[in-house]
Amino acid sequence: MRKKVFQLLVDNNSGVLSRISGLFSRRGYNIESITAGVTADARYTRITICTSGDDEVLEQIEKQLAKLEDVRDIKELKPDESVYRELAMVKVKITPQERQTIVATTEIFRGNIIDVSPDCVIIEITGNQSKVDAFLRLLDGHEVLELARTGIAGLTRGAENVTYLP
Amino acid sequence: MIAADVIVKCLEEEGVTHVFGYPGVAICPFYNSILNSEIKTVLVRTEQNAAHAASGVARMTNRPGVCAVTSGPGATNIITGIATAFADSIPLVVLTGQVNSELLGSDVFQEADITGAVESFVKYSYLVRDAAEIPRIIKEAFYIANSGRKGPVLIDLPIDVQNTPVKSFKYPESVQLRTYKPTIRGNAVQIKKVVKELNRAKRPIICAGGGVLLAQADDELQAFVKKHRIPVVSTMMGIGVMPTEDPYYFGMVGNNGKPYANRAMNEADLIIMVGARVADRAISQPDLITRDKVLVHIDVDPAEIGKNAVSSIPLVGDADKVIEELMEQEIEGDYSDWVKTLTSYKDAYKPNKYGRKGYVDPAAFVKKLSLAMEEDAVYVADVGQNQIWSCANVQMRKGKFLTSGGMGTMGYSIPAAMGAKIAAPDRQVVAVCGDGSFQMSMMELATCNQHGVPAKIVVIRNGYLGMVREYQHYTYKDNYSVVSLDGSPDLAKLAAAYDFTYLKLAKDKDIDARIDAFLKAEGSVLMEVIVDPLDLVK
Repeated sequence: MRKKVFQLLVDNNSGVLSRISGLFSRRGYNIESITAGVTADARYTRITICTSGDDEVLEQIEKQLAKLEDVRDIKELKPDESVYRELAMVKVKITPQERQTIVATTEIFRGNIIDVSPDCVIIEITGNQSKVDAFLRLLDGHEVLELARTGIAGLTRGAENVTYLP
Repeated sequence: MIAADVIVKCLEEEGVTHVFGYPGVAICPFYNSILNSEIKTVLVRTEQNAAHAASGVARMTNRPGVCAVTSGPGATNIITGIATAFADSIPLVVLTGQVNSELLGSDVFQEADITGAVESFVKYSYLVRDAAEIPRIIKEAFYIANSGRKGPVLIDLPIDVQNTPVKSFKYPESVQLRTYKPTIRGNAVQIKKVVKELNRAKRPIICAGGGVLLAQADDELQAFVKKHRIPVVSTMMGIGVMPTEDPYYFGMVGNNGKPYANRAMNEADLIIMVGARVADRAISQPDLITRDKVLVHIDVDPAEIGKNAVSSIPLVGDADKVIEELMEQEIEGDYSDWVKTLTSYKDAYKPNKYGRKGYVDPAAFVKKLSLAMEEDAVYVADVGQNQIWSCANVQMRKGKFLTSGGMGTMGYSIPAAMGAKIAAPDRQVVAVCGDGSFQMSMMELATCNQHGVPAKIVVIRNGYLGMVREYQHYTYKDNYSVVSLDGSPDLAKLAAAYDFTYLKLAKDKDIDARIDAFLKAEGSVLMEVIVDPLDLVK
């Protein structure tokens, strides 16, 4: 099993996300995360899908996605040629005495504390998935009340590999 | 023991007596296992009709009807039947065979993503990956199908899962569904508000829908109406909640309903919708039933309340529980003047004159047929002009009226009547269809023969897809397009081919005699009723 991240440019139509997720459920492919958002050109949506499977399955995923009418462009975001980011928001239960250590840990990870209540804080952390995972591991011992992760968004490095759509 | 045996045992635990379906390789383990069971199998002639037949069973027994079909085309063929049940909130449990789970997604022979395809027509669906989960899934499926707002549930069973060896069988005693908890009892505060409105109202009307029948609340409703003398109208799916001749019943509402029923809705100052969706066929202008009146909306499905009309008093709950709760309240309203007014509207109503001379008047025919039928008989209406004539003229007493109201699926009546007869062999069941809808389901005559189900089928023949022809008459000034049924078979020969008794009714004067012969006929009988090809329902 390998992980792969695909970046899709799709028509910004209603139902397009359902068609793509439907393809995954119909053919039994895994989705680890999926993010979608409109691009600089409002006619198109960029979808980043993190998926896993053996090589044959991953090849099929790419081919089946490319076949969908709404999909204008698909490329793999290779780890060494791309940047990935994921945003996580974590609501952690803390006592006033624990607050300093949480603040320090957050700073090490260049996270932000975006909300403070008497008995909990909300921390925003951005980075690649391993960084987010590492941060969450460091919170062991604190009670995580709620966690919201966006899944991966990514772009390739450099100007060579950019797809322009008419 | 293999998982297919477990599936059969689960169905036995649920008290299933009949499975309607059509085998294929992918469902063969199940059909092999069911040979060892008391459960009877019925081979329909096309899969859609398995769902309609199961719908007939469900509506007679108030338990989910069960079908089992194969993968691919078997599964896709049954979708229309599932959608028909979904639109009318009829509980079904549909088992579909599926290709080997290792091959899922690779487009092998007879593979179809059926859970994906029925997504918008089922209450829930399962693709079973692990044989150990089968008892839990089937228990849940029956519970989901038959609770809250009822509806179809589909279970997709890959052939390798069906063939998995299983050591032991234990059927769960209860279901554990964390988020699915339908509200059954009405909220006491809302009940009080309804009582307050009933005390204040001068012109209340109850509009009862199919939900009253699904909740088996017709007796409660009749008792409530009798106690407080509140007039009642019904939707098409609600036909049968009250006897037609009840002095407090004022007919079916809607664009094909009785004018005095619609007038009652318009002039009321309080409308109590119960188990009805406020759908377009019943209420064409929802804003009219909320303007200058109070709308109480009672439904077991909270999403129906406020969907088509904003209600003043939403009341979520099962119709029988809510009416029971209302029964315990003190209500002082006196609506006798209002009932008198409505009765005068009803008495002044002059029905349309149907048909030209020389043809059978469909209105008179339906009225006489339903009166000649046994008091608790089941009248199954199809879709088309025949449905409207049936709805408008059927005389309900203690029987049931079954039809496809929400989806309007042609061909419903014959398989549904077959299912109803199988579920209630002692009751008289009559299917009334048109010549278009008949030809959509006539292959099931063979099923009736094969399984010894005596069928009573009326074909109202006008040689057209009459409902569409009528629409083209009004909208396209008689430019008929694709509505002629020329080329239809000789029904006398067809009846003979299927070994059915054949009767023909071509003249008004013969109505009584033919109906008598039709109802008394031994075995299966088909009666052709010749109506004016250019007749209209409006």
